[in-house]
Amino acid sequence: MANATQRNVIQTTGKLLVLVVAMFAFAMWVMPPLYNALCEVLGINGKTGGRYEVVDSAVDESRTVKVQFVAQNNELMPWEFGPNTSQVEVHPGEPAMVTFYAKNTQSHYMVSQTIPSIVPSRAAEYFHKTECFCFNQQPLDAGKEADMPLRFIVDRDLPKDIHVITLSYTIFDVTEMAAKQDSVAASK
Amino acid sequence: MGAHGPAKGLTRWLTTTNHKDIGSMYLWFSFAMFLLGGSFAMIIRAELFQPGLQIVEPEFFNQMTTMHGLVMVFGAIMPAFVGLANWMIPMMIGAPDMALPRMNNWSFWILPPTFLLLASTLFMEGGGPNFGWTFYAPLSTTYAPPSVTFFIFAVHAMGISSIMGSINIIATVVNMRAPGMTYMKMPMFVWTWLITAFLLVAVMPVLAGAVTMMLMDIHFGTSFFSAAGGGDPVLFQHVFWFFGHPEVYIIILPAFGVVSEVIPTFSRKPLFGYASMVYATASIAFLSFIVWAHHMYTVGLPIAGELFFMYATMLIAVPTAAKVFNWITTMFKGSITLETPMLFAIAKVFLFTVGGFSGLMLAIAPADFQYHDSYFVVAHFHYTMVAGAIFALSSAVYYWLPKWTGKMYNETMGKVHFWVSFIGFNLTFFPQHFVGLAGMPRRIPDYNLMFADFNMMSSIGAFIYGSSQLLFLFNIVRTITHGKPVNDDKVWDGATTLEWTVPSPAPYHTFSTPPEVK
Repeated sequence: MANATQRNVIQTTGKLLVLVVAMFAFAMWVMPPLYNALCEVLGINGKTGGRYEVVDSAVDESRTVKVQFVAQNNELMPWEFGPNTSQVEVHPGEPAMVTFYAKNTQSHYMVSQTIPSIVPSRAAEYFHKTECFCFNQQPLDAGKEADMPLRFIVDRDLPKDIHVITLSYTIFDVTEMAAKQDSVAASK
Repeated sequence: MGAHGPAKGLTRWLTTTNHKDIGSMYLWFSFAMFLLGGSFAMIIRAELFQPGLQIVEPEFFNQMTTMHGLVMVFGAIMPAFVGLANWMIPMMIGAPDMALPRMNNWSFWILPPTFLLLASTLFMEGGGPNFGWTFYAPLSTTYAPPSVTFFIFAVHAMGISSIMGSINIIATVVNMRAPGMTYMKMPMFVWTWLITAFLLVAVMPVLAGAVTMMLMDIHFGTSFFSAAGGGDPVLFQHVFWFFGHPEVYIIILPAFGVVSEVIPTFSRKPLFGYASMVYATASIAFLSFIVWAHHMYTVGLPIAGELFFMYATMLIAVPTAAKVFNWITTMFKGSITLETPMLFAIAKVFLFTVGGFSGLMLAIAPADFQYHDSYFVVAHFHYTMVAGAIFALSSAVYYWLPKWTGKMYNETMGKVHFWVSFIGFNLTFFPQHFVGLAGMPRRIPDYNLMFADFNMMSSIGAFIYGSSQLLFLFNIVRTITHGKPVNDDKVWDGATTLEWTVPSPAPYHTFSTPPEVK
């Protein structure tokens, strides 16, 4: 092969290798955060945001919104889990608090994680949580029970046609996952 | 470089850097995988011969559907086309060999151990992959058998092999064309492969990313695809199909290339609309990146997303139809003869079009909610994958076998192979449209009694199609051992591309001095 051709081949190969690395990086480090960001911006996944700092405490007393709570256990998660109050009526802007009950029915230590979801998903960006048990994993020793608090504010900008918001929590067994994360963290 | 032959002995095949040797190894390997994946399909169809469970356990049935898909896509069709590319591209563009011959050797030799590893998972505790060839999380993470780690490693390895193969093809086509061989003079097969290779380089790393995230979720406590840890299983489907949709065009574009060589040869006319063929291929490749979510209409996409992916998907029918019309127009008023390669090529165009139409039906988002995950989908993609890709591969083998071996295959046996395949294939997959529309779900070993007759037809068709491939193998082996030497190096009087200007069989080294292309 002539030297010039050889040089061109090496150049082409180099460029293509850069493309390969870039596409791998795109899949690993760009697509997941981009997906989450898009879901959040467009409000299409029913996911609620993180902890909310109250900026304005004015209350819109002209209307009330019904907030309903439902809970379910993922697959074989054996805990007892559910809301202590199944629904509350609040004015937009008014802080409210409810508790959820959880009991580890097993004879060993377990760790749980709850994942929220909101219907209608349009309401997700107007539902602010100032404190939620879902922000952290919940460990419980064998047979122990707990009341877990949720404080929230419905935004005053909530579209006028939404009168009922349903907040659903699914509880997952993350005992193994938590143990794995601990061991990964400990080995660092 | 002196004209010397291949090295002697078995180590020749381990150490060879010759594009023809490597092409042959790819082709034989893919044929072996075709028979392996085919035998998995036979087990599936035997179980589905009657309703109820009679031959295999449901767990094993799941492993069969999964392994059938994985072996056919990654082990049979893709390596077969890479084999054709290795054999034909240097000869078609007047190059002495591939641009990166040593990497070429490596990219082939990764494959046999990889597929040995993948097949061995069937004998491991908990069995092999059982989550479908699309390996959706959490089926492939939380609920996967322990062998999933070997599966992930196998996918990484075959990805590396494909990426190296594609880099080699691009480097060859871009840098090694004979003087005068401009891009717009390249044979269509070379064009389709050049575009395919770019698709591969762009999306195989995405597949590698998807399985790497699975690996992290399974072993290192991350939660890319686990809702419990703040991840999302739907993300997996987005990443997978961002790879997966271009992947189906990776399979079909080289098949388009093959029929674009065969049809002009046997119509004794140049390919109609060459330039539009090139642009259509490039448009299909571009569109393949923006339609992935049409595989996911039922996950709960927002309405705007459903509409976008629906219209974008339907748009693909435009360049594809341009290609089909060009093939038909090439045949129009040609002096057509119907040798075996031409029969397979015409059947490919016809049956692929049927698959394209069912694809259009599936593209309609509201209708897809009914068709999703039914046998209608199975019928659709087998019309595109089997009739679209495998028929084109059969056509290619009959077309170039005389060039590779210098001997003529048995025409009668070839035609019998064609007609038995054609009848067997349609008997297998056409009834699946009906049972799918009537509501039979895919990937389940049992079914409602009302689907019994069509399923029995499907199974009989599958056994016919499967056994016709043994005739194909016999014809190839017989040609190599007892074939009649070809009279003319050109073999087919209508052939015009460069590979027909070298002797048959093609000598070990061709175009050591580049030909002059006018």
